[in-house]
This record gives sequence, C-alpha cells and structure tokens, in this order.
Amino acid sequence: MLLKNTYNEFVKILAKPRSYLGIGALTLLIGVILFAMKADGGSFISFVTASFEQTLSFNGNILNGNLIGFIILQMLIIHIPLLVALVTGDLISGEAAMGTVRMLASKPISRTNIVLSKFIAGAVYTLILTLWLGFLALIVAKWIFGTGDLIVLNSDGLVILQEQDIMWRYGLAFMVAFLSLLTISSLSICLSAFADNSIGPIVSTMAIIILFTIIGSLDVSVFDTIKPYLFTTHMASWRSFFEDPIPMSKIIQSVVILLVHNVILVVIAIVKFNKKDITS
Amino acid sequence: MEKETVIKVEHLAKSFGSFQAVKDVSFTVSRGDVFGFLGPNGAGKSTTIRCLLSLIKPNAGKIELFGKSYTNNRSEILSKIGSIIEKPDFYKYLSAQKNLEIFARISGASVSKSQIGEMLEFVGLTGRGGDKIGGFSHGMKQRLGIAQTLLHQPDLIILDEPTTGLDPQGIVEIRNLILRLKNEQNKTILLSSHQLSEIELIANRMVIINKGKSIVEGEVQDLLNAQELVVHLEVDAVEKAKQVISTHFSNAQFVGETSTELEVAIEKNQVPNLNKALIENGVMVFALEPKRKLEDFFMKIVQS
Repeated sequence: MLLKNTYNEFVKILAKPRSYLGIGALTLLIGVILFAMKADGGSFISFVTASFEQTLSFNGNILNGNLIGFIILQMLIIHIPLLVALVTGDLISGEAAMGTVRMLASKPISRTNIVLSKFIAGAVYTLILTLWLGFLALIVAKWIFGTGDLIVLNSDGLVILQEQDIMWRYGLAFMVAFLSLLTISSLSICLSAFADNSIGPIVSTMAIIILFTIIGSLDVSVFDTIKPYLFTTHMASWRSFFEDPIPMSKIIQSVVILLVHNVILVVIAIVKFNKKDITS
Repeated sequence: MEKETVIKVEHLAKSFGSFQAVKDVSFTVSRGDVFGFLGPNGAGKSTTIRCLLSLIKPNAGKIELFGKSYTNNRSEILSKIGSIIEKPDFYKYLSAQKNLEIFARISGASVSKSQIGEMLEFVGLTGRGGDKIGGFSHGMKQRLGIAQTLLHQPDLIILDEPTTGLDPQGIVEIRNLILRLKNEQNKTILLSSHQLSEIELIANRMVIINKGKSIVEGEVQDLLNAQELVVHLEVDAVEKAKQVISTHFSNAQFVGETSTELEVAIEKNQVPNLNKALIENGVMVFALEPKRKLEDFFMKIVQS
C-alpha cells in the first residue's frame, strides 16, 4: 500500500503546475547567472583576484564551468528551499484544503503510510530539483565556459583545486546539498500535517529558515549553545568538500545532525497526522 | 434467519473543545438495509459518520463494523466500505479517470481500467473520463463520487447528504442511482439526510438524531404508519366542525385550533369519511392536509 500511494503521490506532483514552477524558476535563475557571467564574468573574477595579484599570478581559464558551478551553488542554495517548500509544503495541507484528505484517510491505508508516501515523493522531487541544479550548474556551465582548475575563496584564504580533483568533490557536495534540501522538504511536510491550508506551511518553512539563519549569523553568546543544532548551520556544509584538506569530521557531524532532523520531523508528522481529527 | 449486523453504534460521544457535537448516538444497521440517518443540520450526523470512517476519534461509546472494532482491524474494515462524506472532492488538476485510478489503487482491491470505465458508465459519465474535474458540475462530481465509492465492490456504502447542493434534476439522478444500488446490487447503504421525504423514498430503516442524540430508530414504514395522523383543517366554522367530528369520530382528538383552522388526531383510514361528514353537515372545507406525527415531530426538531 505504501508503494501504491507513493506512486499516487508522484502522479499528483507531476500533474500540479506548481511542481514545474520550481524547475522553471531554477532554469531561469541559472540562465540569468550564466548570461551575466558570459557577459561580464571577467570583471567579476578580477574583483576577487585583485587582492592576490601582488603575490600570485593567475594563468589559464579561471572563469570555467567548475567555478561557475560553485558560484551558482553558493548563490542558490539559499533560494532553492523556497522552491522545495512550494511543492512539499502543500502535500498534506493541500489535501485538507481540497477536501480530498477525507477520501484518502477513509481508504484502507494507514495514516502512517499516507505520511511516509508523501515524504518519499517529496524526497524524490527534491532529488530531481537537486539533479537539475547540478545539470545546469555544472554540465551546461562547462559546455558554455569550458573546464579548468577551481579557485575557491574561503575564510582561510585561496584554495586551488586541480581539474581532475574536482568532480568527486562536486558529487559529494551535491549529496550533502540534497540532504540539506531534504531537511527543508521534511520540515515543510511536517508543518503541513498541522495545517489545513496550502500557504501556511510554505510561509512557516521560510520563516523558520530566516529565523534560524539570523540566529546562526548573530554573534551573541546566548545563542552559542543552540547554533550547532540548527539545521541552517549545516546547510552550507557542502562547501567543506572544496577545502583542502577536507574537514571530514565536521561534514559527518553536519550529515548526522541533518539526518536526525529528518527523522524527528518525519516522526512528528506521523504522530500528528495519526492523532488528527479530520474535520475539513 | 437473523440478518448480519453491519454497523453497530452504542452511546457514541464526541466533543471538539467545549462543544459536544455528538452526545449519545446509538443505532444498528443490518446487511441489505438502506438505512436512513436523519437529522436537522447540526444534529451530529457528519461527526457520527466521520467516526464511523475513523476520520474522527470518538471520546466515548462503541463502534463495530462487520462485527469488528477499528482497533487492529482498520484496513480490513475500510476495504469493505465505500463512502462520500459531505461533498465529494477530487484532484481538480486530474481527469475523472485519473482520480478514480488514484482511489482505486488504495482501495484494497484490484481494479482494472475497464472496470473504471464500466463504473463511469454506471453513473452516467461515459465519455467524460478524460475530462479534468475542474470543469465538472456539482452533480457530475456527486456521480463521480458514487463511482469512487463502488470501485472496489464494497459491502457497505456510506453516503453523507449526497443530494446537498444539487438541483431538482440532480437530486432525482442521485436518488435513482441509490435505488439502483439497492435493487441491482443489494448493497447495505447508510444514507444521511436532513429530509424525511428523501429517506422515506429510499430507506427501509432509519434513525432520527437531534442535538447529538438518537431519538427514534426503526423500520421506516412502521414509524410512518404506526403514527396517528394529525389532520390540519381549514373550515368556515370551527365550532360546528368540532361538533360534527366529535359526533362521528369518538376516537378523534383535537390538538390545536384557531378561528379558521383545526388540527385533529385521527386514524388514516378515517380521513375520507371525515371530509364527507363535514361537507354533509354543512361545514365548508377549504383545506384538508393530513400530517403524520413523525413528520410533524421531525419538522418541530428542524424548526427548533
């Protein structure tokens, strides 16, 4: 029954116009960035490299697909949660708003399976969005800008990664980025179990992300104890794969915290939906 | 042979905060019954039905379907039930066929596409399977809702106010569909309504509930026929009419009067003679309207 209802969820997601809004918005955003980089990427790069020109000499194709991919990922990882929540935040509450939850919950499928099938469908949608992001940010960018070594500027300084040392880092970075977005998906589905309207969980998800991000960026000691446990603190962990050496323990810690968040959010949604009186 | 009990509800109660929607509802539905669940708006019908379908957890009381409670038997019970709760809502962005496929997949039975086509034909939606629900009228959605309830060949069909919001033609169509289910497929049907006339036309047994409590339960015809009639008379001379009635009908009881109107409780077979006696004794009868006490009783409930 879980598989059958998961299939149903895919059918519904594929038929909803808003599902394509995320893909379309992502394509448009990346298209704009690629166009901007093609038009005036040189000055963008020289702005970054100017401070190092007294000590370093940059040769070759610096503005390459690998760097563009990194820039795109860094820029959009903040905005993609909205595109994820737009679809996943509607998965349970949308049924209540439409009235179909009555018919769904009076069928011989457990409420736990209803919630789980929505989580699985939400996860697959998030994966598709992440893969599409990867395709546009890396494959298309490489096709337009060519390939080359990757220069990354982080808090410790400039890291230069050899061309042959990059793709596996991207592979792992996208996995962690997917896990971050999956947490957003789980959060919005969890909030969706509490609501009977479509827009509430989407807005609430974004409000929580903004709140946690602000708490994470405030340099106030009172928040120091909770900062390490906020999922937003770990959403940028994918960047750590572009450090040298890679801080694996830090990444594993982030992955564990994100996974724990996912499990907790799924359990909360299941308990809430099982206890809920369906009156809509 | 005693018929199998399909639904057994005992002293059901459900509150939402301080509001007690259902206080004490009990009734029994046997296999093959078309059971009328009658009550005015706000009586607690929908809440009771939602409890029957495990959409709402009752605070007190007992529900047994097919002799089993929902504890550990939820999937088994729900696989034998088809239902429409209030208005049938579907995924507007999907076609009728796709909607039925979605609900068939989780109905607990194997339903082929040809069976879905047959069901669309049964409810009079042949050729509309590919159309999106967004363009369907309320009546078409109700018929599609009935198709959805029948997909998995359930033993019990629960229809919560299936004619609400329909135009007269739509009401007749849905009523005929329910009668076909009763006559052609011998289904057990629980039909909730706030209209006695609707229940009278379709159901063989019924319960009346009001303010969250069941008031009366039994065979529809027994409940209707066993009741004395109250005849509402509009005459030119009320006192003279009372004299004539008292003389000719010793069992008649006067239950109300105004200057031109009179209400008399009398047996049904005496009504023609009542009219004849009044006319023969020079009382002009402007109106004679027999009302059954049950109807009157139900109307009082509704009006209150």
